[in-house]
Amino acid sequence: MSRKSLAAAFPVTVPVLMGYLAIGMAFGLMLQSAGYGVAWAFLMSLTIYAGSGQYLGVSLLASGAPLTQVAFLTLMINFRHLVYGLSMLEKFRGMGPRKLYMIFSLTDETYALLSSAQAPAGVREHDFYFSVALLNHSYWIAGSVIGSLAGAALGFDTTGVDFAMTALFLVIAVGQWRAAGSHLPALLGGAATLVSLLLVGAEDMLLPALGVIVFALALLRSRLEACPRQSRKQEVHS
Amino acid sequence: MLTPGQALASIAVMAAVTFFTRALPFLFFDRGGNPPKLVLYLGQVLPPAIIAMLIVYCLRGMTFHTPAGWLPPLLAGGTAVALHIWKGNDLLSIFGATVLYMVLVQGVFG
Repeated sequence: MSRKSLAAAFPVTVPVLMGYLAIGMAFGLMLQSAGYGVAWAFLMSLTIYAGSGQYLGVSLLASGAPLTQVAFLTLMINFRHLVYGLSMLEKFRGMGPRKLYMIFSLTDETYALLSSAQAPAGVREHDFYFSVALLNHSYWIAGSVIGSLAGAALGFDTTGVDFAMTALFLVIAVGQWRAAGSHLPALLGGAATLVSLLLVGAEDMLLPALGVIVFALALLRSRLEACPRQSRKQEVHS
Repeated sequence: MLTPGQALASIAVMAAVTFFTRALPFLFFDRGGNPPKLVLYLGQVLPPAIIAMLIVYCLRGMTFHTPAGWLPPLLAGGTAVALHIWKGNDLLSIFGATVLYMVLVQGVFG
């Protein structure tokens, strides 16, 4: 990788720069208001690097969720990455050690850029991919650090900033609703969780809901597979 | 609150599991071979169900004794959806709704 490939990748990543700075800052603010300062924001964005995963992570840290629950929920919220990886098998082939980083950094946005953007003439394709991934990751880290520092320094009342997570999920849901062949999975997910909230209570509602959702979706497979395939293009943040 | 060690452990688990979900296709299908159909099917239908689950989870603290318990999330959530249908701009929808919510819980109903 060279300065040249970074320079070639930068213009392509500008939309992600705006998005990651903003969403990352909201993450940093939320984490700060949950009692975890800038070092935690940096660490999480460096090592986890997942938007909705980290938003949920704030809530899991704040509620002191047990590790099994943390693992299971992270697995479920990231399940969509499976589809991304499958379509990147070819692109990442032959990238050597950098391939590990490419896999680690395959967020929704990086996936979207890599699926569409072309390396300009004179820049090696793999250098270009790596530069895109590296730049996006650095924006995400920068955004969360800035958000965390701002939350600490300005000292303004951050009560309610955690609604950013709700809003993020609502925005993702709108995109999914439009792209979906069937609305049954979304309705089922909401209904199962509501029932779980009423029966089990807010503390332990998620795991029973998840179990019911996976089981019911497996049962509905023949019916749902008859629906038109869902579009892969979902306007989501990782 | 968790101890720093517990928080570190949680973060390590999140990082490891996230990496695992991204690495899975490369571990199993990089040398050819087709993923099990059930896995592909779940990869398609799980995301909307999980997001719906998380929305309900986010709203679990709503109470119905006073308007302050349910009106702010309802108004701000409705704003997020409406803004997004109208403009289709992720950032605008998220920030608009969050700022409205903060104003509502701190000012109007605070």
